Amino acid sequence: MRHDVFIAGYGGQGVLMAGNLLSYAAIHEGKNVSFLPAYGVEKRGGSAMCTVVFADGDTGSPVVGHPSVSLILNQLSFDKYAAMVRQGGTCIVNSSLVECGGVELSGVEIFCVPMNQIALDLGDVRMVNMVACGAYAARSGALAQSSLEEALKKVLPERNHRLIPGNIKAIEAGAAMARKQ
Amino acid sequence: MSEKIFVKGNEAVAMAAIEAGLRCYFGYPITPQSDIPEYLARELPKTGGTFIQVESEIGAINMVLGASAAGARAMTSSSGPGISLKQEGISYMAGSELPGVIVDIMRQGPGLGGIDASQADYWQATRGGGHGGYRIIVLAPASVQEMYDLTMRAFDLSDLYRIPAMVLADSVIGQMKESIVANPRPEVDLPAKEWAVRGRREGEPQNVVKSLKLGDGEMEAFHWAMHDRYKVLADRESLWEEIQTGDAELIVTAFGSTARISRTAVDMAREAGLKVGLMRPITLFPFPSHAYLALSQRCKRFLDIELSTGQMIDDVRLSVARDTEVSFYGRPPGAGSLPTPEEIFQQIRKVYP
Repeated sequence: MRHDVFIAGYGGQGVLMAGNLLSYAAIHEGKNVSFLPAYGVEKRGGSAMCTVVFADGDTGSPVVGHPSVSLILNQLSFDKYAAMVRQGGTCIVNSSLVECGGVELSGVEIFCVPMNQIALDLGDVRMVNMVACGAYAARSGALAQSSLEEALKKVLPERNHRLIPGNIKAIEAGAAMARKQ
Repeated sequence: MSEKIFVKGNEAVAMAAIEAGLRCYFGYPITPQSDIPEYLARELPKTGGTFIQVESEIGAINMVLGASAAGARAMTSSSGPGISLKQEGISYMAGSELPGVIVDIMRQGPGLGGIDASQADYWQATRGGGHGGYRIIVLAPASVQEMYDLTMRAFDLSDLYRIPAMVLADSVIGQMKESIVANPRPEVDLPAKEWAVRGRREGEPQNVVKSLKLGDGEMEAFHWAMHDRYKVLADRESLWEEIQTGDAELIVTAFGSTARISRTAVDMAREAGLKVGLMRPITLFPFPSHAYLALSQRCKRFLDIELSTGQMIDDVRLSVARDTEVSFYGRPPGAGSLPTPEEIFQQIRKVYP
């Protein structure tokens, strides 16, 4: 089985860390993984994007034209990339920053999660990427939530390991939201 | 099996170089390869090696020449404009029969160009790049694992044949992170570097490393000797990968990043019932010509994919049987010009018999 997920937002939302977290979670599950960050003349506040592909066998192309799942964290990315999602795929949208109520994409499921609000309620808006990852794991079923939690140890430097319990709560909150709808 | 690690392609190059016994690295930063000197600046001195950020790329390649002449495993890395600056030194190394590894993480050009992925330095890499008529060994990794494995291979091949070796990739392969196994250095039987200039000891013959050959017939003999060595290289060291070529009616061919993208396009074609295969050269010099010829004797259609207006296609056309039809699809390098598997699949549909 081959899974691909595209993540987009603005610089500072933790898009690349989210991609790294999903990658380490997939490695934890014994998968082969490729993580391709958008690589341009990037700057703070600009766009941030990455694509993660994981599979039991060969991961194939690290470049994906029509992802099966997209995690969209801001309006600009929604306007630009939501329509790229493959037919039958899912677009998981941060509805705190994106007007997605009532928007329809033919053949694509739009799943709205107020990620900023959930992260804020847990005490820190910077955990918005963790909420997104939790929602992805529960909605796609591609990765176990426990693998994401395990991956935090690899993604966060040792000095930030004290933040792991808080991040686990954010992952859990995103996953709970996905299970509810 | 060892545990998998998750690293960038550029980091894998640096790790492999240390594992391969790199003693001296000389370089100058340029995007998109700066992770290589960054990693080596931190890690190489810990192994007793020497890291120097030189004042220019020209300085760097000439220090590689010097370290190599003294018998050390030496390396430099750069991209487009920096690789152009190094060509003089690479030519001198080729003329002096010195080994050494040059890593080129290609960017757009000509000139300053830009930092996006490119394969437009294929000609520069495989035709020698500098003056005088020489070739260098060129290895084209298509994954982070190959960035690791082929960097080690580059050192061994370069030492074995006394020809500079280049690892040729782009920002897709260099900046991408993948799960890899950091394999230990393979055991390769290498001749002692008896030609190295290490300071003459009593009773030992004098070694001279130079590219100036003024003796009557000396230069001509050198060229013919190198010509023969390139043939041996082609016979023994050509590497390539074939995927589902056995029953193929169309063979897609590409190297490095475009081969990775094409791989998924080939899977899409197979799912759609089209008999399509992939031929990926791993060594660009020597080019696996005999493998192309063998394939073209049973499959008459090839589709060459490159991030340029077409360079490798020259070698493909020179290799295949005369009655083979070679189509081309290229995206010259630039922001937003990276093709998707879906796009290549459409091209496959267009040319499929």
